[in-house]
Amino acid sequence: MNALISTALAGVVMMFAGLFIRNKQHIKFVAIAALLIVSVANLAELSTIEGGSRTVLGMVTVSHFSILFNAIAFGATLIYFLLSGSAFEKVGEHVADYFALVFFILSGITLASSFSNLLMLFLAIEIISIPQYILAGSNKRTPKSSEASLKYFLMGSFSTGILLMGITLIYGAAGTFNIEELGLGNGDINPLALCGIILLAFALSFKVSAAPFHFWTPDVYDGSPTVFTSFMATVVKAGSFIAFIRIFHGAFTGTNISAHWQLLLSLVTAATLLIGNFTAVFQQSVKRMLAYSSIAQAGFMLFAVISMNKYATQGIILYAAAYSVATIGVFAVTMKLKDYTFDGFNGLARTQPVLAVTTAIFVCSLAGIPLTAGFFAKYFVLTAAVQQGNLLWLVVLAVLCAAISAYYYFRVIIAMYFKQGEPATKEEITGGFKVMLVITAAIVILLGVFPGLLLNLI
Amino acid sequence: MLTVLLILIPLVAGLITFGLKGSGPKALALIASIASLAVTVAALFQFRTAPEALQLTASWIPQLGAQFSVGLDGMGMMLCLLTAISFLLIFIVINNRNYERANSFYGLMLLSQAGLIGVFSAYDALLFYVFWELALIPVYFLCSLWGGEKRIPVTFKFFVYTFAGSLLMLVGLIYIYLQLPDKSFSYAAFTSGVLSPKDQSWLFWLFFVAFAIKMPVFPFHTWQPDTYEQSPTPVTMVLSGIMVKMGLFGVIRWLLPVLPSGAYMWSEVAIVLSIIGIIYASCIAIVQSDFKRLIAYSSIAHIGLMSAAIFANNEQSLQGVLIQLFNHGINIIGLWIIVEIIQQRLKVKNMNELGGIATYAPNIAIFLVIISLANVALPLTNGFIGEFLMFSGLFQYNVWFMAVAGLGIILAAVYTLNMVQKVIFGEANTLTSTTTDLTGNELLALSVIVVIIIAMGVYPKPMLDLVSSTTELVNKVY
Repeated sequence: MNALISTALAGVVMMFAGLFIRNKQHIKFVAIAALLIVSVANLAELSTIEGGSRTVLGMVTVSHFSILFNAIAFGATLIYFLLSGSAFEKVGEHVADYFALVFFILSGITLASSFSNLLMLFLAIEIISIPQYILAGSNKRTPKSSEASLKYFLMGSFSTGILLMGITLIYGAAGTFNIEELGLGNGDINPLALCGIILLAFALSFKVSAAPFHFWTPDVYDGSPTVFTSFMATVVKAGSFIAFIRIFHGAFTGTNISAHWQLLLSLVTAATLLIGNFTAVFQQSVKRMLAYSSIAQAGFMLFAVISMNKYATQGIILYAAAYSVATIGVFAVTMKLKDYTFDGFNGLARTQPVLAVTTAIFVCSLAGIPLTAGFFAKYFVLTAAVQQGNLLWLVVLAVLCAAISAYYYFRVIIAMYFKQGEPATKEEITGGFKVMLVITAAIVILLGVFPGLLLNLI
Repeated sequence: MLTVLLILIPLVAGLITFGLKGSGPKALALIASIASLAVTVAALFQFRTAPEALQLTASWIPQLGAQFSVGLDGMGMMLCLLTAISFLLIFIVINNRNYERANSFYGLMLLSQAGLIGVFSAYDALLFYVFWELALIPVYFLCSLWGGEKRIPVTFKFFVYTFAGSLLMLVGLIYIYLQLPDKSFSYAAFTSGVLSPKDQSWLFWLFFVAFAIKMPVFPFHTWQPDTYEQSPTPVTMVLSGIMVKMGLFGVIRWLLPVLPSGAYMWSEVAIVLSIIGIIYASCIAIVQSDFKRLIAYSSIAHIGLMSAAIFANNEQSLQGVLIQLFNHGINIIGLWIIVEIIQQRLKVKNMNELGGIATYAPNIAIFLVIISLANVALPLTNGFIGEFLMFSGLFQYNVWFMAVAGLGIILAAVYTLNMVQKVIFGEANTLTSTTTDLTGNELLALSVIVVIIIAMGVYPKPMLDLVSSTTELVNKVY
């Protein structure tokens, strides 16, 4: 609850901060301070729940898991603010508002990690989505940004409609919105409930950009200001996944009914992996490559949804952390460059060795090379799927796709290290930025060598 | 403790090397490799007296049952010795070369050494996998940064190929891990034999493909000639002398004992693939005019024989493979040193442009002849004993397999002697008449190799004793 309230308050504070603080630099500091307070408030709640969980008004259940996930989301956002916070100023005039919107998204994410009622699920998804529509269109100087916003809004509201439809059908079948009391699938399958679940699966697949509901992703990610793409593709996506996992693992685990949606979602996973990876191979722009790679990575995270065991929960936590941190890092470096294509990275190792080394570590993590956080993230979701038993075909497909993903991730390394060029940066690379990058890379490696640090908390 | 030291010395030295300038990297690399060799020899003595002291287990990821567990058995000991000797020889040979960005070059070389020792000493499946991948990364950078013209696509292919293979192995590891009652990655748990024959039969392929790509066995070999050709020669030495041994090592350490029924079921298929590889690679080697490609194909043929002998899996064949792991490494590194020497002096790889070197550089000629004869397994050279044992083992398994594989010896003689003739005999041309003879460091490195070749050829018993514990172990579980 603390996290939910404090993020919402922080959002309001940021909106007013824009009125009183003229210096844009200071606004960034206020946002960072607010985020730190939010993180502390979130962790402070840990002592009050004592291993169990606390339900508030039958709507929100605060548990160990939700607090941990919030902490990871806030941590990733903190890294994001520190690495890319200064890029907010370049998007437009209303810097404080952008920070406020990010806080509102975080508020939605905390709701997604703790809802215990279908209505709250709906609210969580909406609170996550609506600020994103605004952020996507925040760069008013290019029509591409407005196009992205409009596209995202139309498609997004359509999928929200489907989500609501699904919730209605489930309510019709079960007579309650409370997730724990739904009790679906243990007896005969109610066709109404099954339809509802399928609609829910589709709507959430849209939100996490799983194929074949991914068509908005490249355009929106490409058109939005890069600094917001970085946030949408990482923390927000992880937040949507938590909602996905919590509803499906929390309410639809009955043996009769889970077989149905598992089959459906494993097909979605297969399609996501194939489309995401194969399309990413052909991209010339790193930004677009990251958009498709986010689809491909969503394929891996879907493994955590379809396999219902402890590895899946551990896996999604690790995956959310590993993927978010690494992607935020790559985006932060990309934003510093003038040219977003692979050629724009040519020769970066000579001119900016620190940027090159850290970027190399980030893409290695995304590719799942051992000793980076990405390896154990992949390891856990794959273990979850193998444990599930009947998904071995999907696992083999996934590892082959991971090999393909090495192809496009390593193109960045090839450009930086093995090609000649004079990459132009937009601005002077400050020492502080480099220090932050090194710290972020150190986190990636630390989690890769000792994943136990994070697992101990679960 | 010594085992950890073997990993730590190159690792730490490699990381320090990145920060050094001038001749620092070269000196440190040499010092680190001498230190590694010294520790290896110390470990060898300890292995004689108290082998259990080489084992070390520390907590790593308790939640997964993965431990940092390293140790050395006879085979691991031997391969560590090979690694230590090879890296020292490589650093001696390239001592008078000046690489661009020498700090990165030597740093990456040392890191790859750390990765290789890690692979050979890991006794925890997850740790093995981590080292297996890690050994690849520095080599990828080495080939891509200092290689030939087509290095980038070629190394990339090599990387993606091996990466795909190892990911399949990872799926296999996870599957086995989940079948184990105590959910552990330890070697003891993996070899406890709880897997049903049906599981083993398909798990075999997940592991075999990963190892076969690394070795490489036909039809997974296509990355290899290109990579050997395009890599800088010191890296090719690491690749062909030591890294391909990872594949064979993997089969002996992790495939046969973990999936005995699987290996038994598919042994004929594996042997047939290996033998096709021998004949196929030998035939291609005969028509090669590129010096480096010829040796690359010759390596595929030799590895093919070793792979066939592993799956024949009787005591003799395994003993042959184990001793050949070492000897093939020494011989092929010797050949690459000669290639490096000739290429550095004359800047050509095409054998048709060479010839008559014997007149101008007799020492090069003498060494090339001796190493080539070892490569065709002439008696009294180190190649003989291993090949003899392998053929004898293969003969016991199936006469026809042995007969076909035996053609490989004849073909090897054809291409190797042909190479010797083209490179050092015949008429000298304007280019080859400028060849200067060996410098001191090259002479030293090649002398060491020739001494090993002859010593191992005349008296291989110490090495056979060293690996006998491994042969017994594998035969027991099989």
